[in-house]
Amino acid sequence: MPRVAFTRNLQRHVACPPCTVAGATVRESLEAAFALYPNLRGYVLDEHGTLRFHMAVFVDGEPISDRKSLSDPVPATSEIFVVQALSGG
Amino acid sequence: MSDQLLVSTRKGLFSARRTARGVWDLDSVSFLGDNVSLTMQDPRDGAWYAALDHGHFGAKLHRSRDRGATWEELGVPAYPTPPEGHVEKDFLGREIPWRLIRFWCLTPGLASQPGLLWAGTLPGGLFWSEDFGATWNLVEALWHMPERRKWAGGGADVPGIHSICVDPRDGNRVVVAVSSGGVWHTKDRGKTWTAHTKGMRADYAPPELVEAPESQDPHRLVQCPAAPHVWWLQHHNGIFRSTDDAMSWTEIKDVKPSVFGFPVVVHPKDPDTAWFVPAIKDERRIPVEGRVVVNRTRDGGRTFETLHKGLPQAWAYDLVYRHALDLDASGERLAFGSTTGSVWISENSGDDWLTLAEHLPPVHAVLFV
Repeated sequence: MPRVAFTRNLQRHVACPPCTVAGATVRESLEAAFALYPNLRGYVLDEHGTLRFHMAVFVDGEPISDRKSLSDPVPATSEIFVVQALSGG
Repeated sequence: MSDQLLVSTRKGLFSARRTARGVWDLDSVSFLGDNVSLTMQDPRDGAWYAALDHGHFGAKLHRSRDRGATWEELGVPAYPTPPEGHVEKDFLGREIPWRLIRFWCLTPGLASQPGLLWAGTLPGGLFWSEDFGATWNLVEALWHMPERRKWAGGGADVPGIHSICVDPRDGNRVVVAVSSGGVWHTKDRGKTWTAHTKGMRADYAPPELVEAPESQDPHRLVQCPAAPHVWWLQHHNGIFRSTDDAMSWTEIKDVKPSVFGFPVVVHPKDPDTAWFVPAIKDERRIPVEGRVVVNRTRDGGRTFETLHKGLPQAWAYDLVYRHALDLDASGERLAFGSTTGSVWISENSGDDWLTLAEHLPPVHAVLFV
């Protein structure tokens, strides 16, 4: 089962320690994580479920290609990392 | 008389208090490091609301029921999903996303409307909550109104609602001001909307559109609580006043040092008394001659006094945004904060000013609580 970790900067707003979830895509994996941490959803996705502009998701070190539907596949042994995109210098 | 001021800044929500010795001092901070857009106090239950704009993590709303000691996160408005393939553009052809960008105004309903809150947002959605901000509903009629397509970015890159006035005589009557998109009235709590901008003019628009309702760029709109038929408007083009329930407007010209600015406040009991913070218009957006001043009229705009005692009168480039000037319920205490992190307070209607802070982050809003 993939493991999902969130940037340290999110922990200040919502407690969200790394978690192991069931999911074959980024969408499924993140939804499973949001089920554990409901307040986290709005910090990572906008109201339409799209990845926020200044956020980034990596699967095993590679940025995802589908930021809208989050359809990128996630192998069972993957590490998903949710992080801020650099902005503002 | 209010003894506490909330200062919303780019890097936190600061509180200042008046001490027993009559001195104002900063005394605490909430959300340090976070971008706090504005605050609201609900007169019905005393609760404070703070709107945050995290940038990376989106716009958020928090409430405190213990005057800032603790905060709880609330729900936020959600924009509807646009029709498939719909790409919306503003009047100038720039794309407008259907998603919450920022809170730009929070206003409580009347005492007879417990739990009712209004939120004006960027990019132009008006929302209401009936459960103290836990959940929000879009005012569909305003969002889907064809005329909204003629709105454009003004105070921000996208259109936004920065002023919401709930009529103290009838809570179903609400007036909102849009930068840039005019002043819109509803008499039925949002079901139908009409613009009333007669008398306003927009010099910055093409000649054919100078008087068009959607061309008008109000910067801040206020209604006198004790005389709710009287309104004051700081407009991009100057100062306007209405004495007929905001149905028509009279321009007030030749105000020195400038008719341009962002904020306006009106005395809670005297509709003829209002305050402004003038600045040089589009070309520079700085105080005239590097002097920070406040303009006050006490005769409905026939004459103005330029108040400056205690304010920097040389080499000062403080700009004051639309929510960054406030007046307490007594009408005697005023405060304003600037983009360069200065905050000043007056306890005598602006005659004299005290410096509260000079090194805060950029100030978005101030509020007496």
